[in-house]
Amino acid sequence: MKFNLKIWRQEGPTLPGRFADYTVDNIIPEMSFLEMLDALNEDLIKKGEEPVAFDSDCREGICGTCGLVIDGLAHGPKLACTTCEVRMRVFEDGCTITVEPFRAKAFPVIKDLVVDRTAFDRIIAKGGYVSENTGSAPDGNAIPVSKDIAEAAMDSAACIGCGACVAACPNASASLFVSAKISQFALLPQGHAERKSRATNMVGQMDDEGFGHCSNHAECEAACPKGISIENIARMRREYLKAI
Amino acid sequence: MSQIKPLKSTIGKKVIMAVSGILLMLFLIAHLAGNLTLFVSADTFNAYAHKLESLGPLLYVAEAGLLAVFLFHIIAAFQTYAEKRRARPDAYAVSASKKGPSKMTVASKSMIYTGIILLLFIPAHIWMFKFNAGTPHPTTELDGQEVKDIYTTVVNAFANPAVAFGYAGVMFLLGLHLRHGFWSALQSLGAMCPKWSPLIYAAGLLFALALAGGFFILPLYFYFCGAGSCAVSGGAL
Repeated sequence: MKFNLKIWRQEGPTLPGRFADYTVDNIIPEMSFLEMLDALNEDLIKKGEEPVAFDSDCREGICGTCGLVIDGLAHGPKLACTTCEVRMRVFEDGCTITVEPFRAKAFPVIKDLVVDRTAFDRIIAKGGYVSENTGSAPDGNAIPVSKDIAEAAMDSAACIGCGACVAACPNASASLFVSAKISQFALLPQGHAERKSRATNMVGQMDDEGFGHCSNHAECEAACPKGISIENIARMRREYLKAI
Repeated sequence: MSQIKPLKSTIGKKVIMAVSGILLMLFLIAHLAGNLTLFVSADTFNAYAHKLESLGPLLYVAEAGLLAVFLFHIIAAFQTYAEKRRARPDAYAVSASKKGPSKMTVASKSMIYTGIILLLFIPAHIWMFKFNAGTPHPTTELDGQEVKDIYTTVVNAFANPAVAFGYAGVMFLLGLHLRHGFWSALQSLGAMCPKWSPLIYAAGLLFALALAGGFFILPLYFYFCGAGSCAVSGGAL
């Protein structure tokens, strides 16, 4: 397969960026999007040009490191899929693909397609954990948690913190990420002791980082590689309103 | 936590937006219910208008309250919009929706624009019907009492095609605003759960269709049917 690529190139955080055009050929349909970019970078290195910088780690959809905006869609065209798991067969042979970094004030570009997502770490540092001593591992069923609640908490905990929700949101809001992190604790007894301070502190940090408002477009849920529901955002609001 | 900070948070502002929005929706329901008396007869509508006016100071209190609710809604909206611009200073070259569970639609993306048009529309609307464009309303006799004939004011206004179609157009935009606004208000208040969400989202569409539809039909009805042919003779609808 052959593709024309329009890729955002930016040498540094404070330098202006621009789109550069490339063509890649002999792409196997089973290649992942990142493997296609690897092929491009090999070509660029052979030609003595600067390769395109992009983030990746596990390349199996579980670490949350990769993340590109492909033709205007965070993590590309497939639902519940990370960039590394998008296969080139989903694109039409010979088409032009526009590749941009996640764009948000709170996610400044470091280089090309790599953005700084440490804003998420600072939000987690404000309460995305349990610091109370909840004792050693209890006997099975000693703390009753119904299956529905356990499942909901696991669904929230599936968030890999990739930032696609911010990238996809028209307002660059981090509400889906923060709400998933608040929810996974709010749903379980171990998280209850600190639920109030967690909600107010994490929401406060989210606002301080410069993420936008959530206007309930639910585009984040569509972009989320783990399919995390905006039901979590409703829960975060309840948690916050109960805490203030 | 201080009392003010939560209201300034992103969640707090959306709560202000949601609560004021719900109050405005309740106002619209009452407004439409009143307007539907236009279909019954001239006397019914004039009696309703007269009753409202005879509330006296109570009406002023209600109007002041309504104005305050509008201001909260408008200020929160502009703050949200400014925040959105700040949060993403560099726009994407390509923007698209992934569909699936996304509820991003023309309605949700255009809230600020439909809102601004409604904001411009409302003063013109009040000037036209409350003040009859600066001239005294015609009068009519009702139960031996001389009252304002606002029915005739309405009929005369909607005889003008620019007014009738302009109104219908703005009411279509109101429908778009409500389509996203109804369910969004409930989501902003955290009043959603997986069991009810699809139902509430669908109810939002029905609510928008019913409410904006009612306001949409009125000007067209009076433009096409006029006063004499259908309405006064007992109501065709």
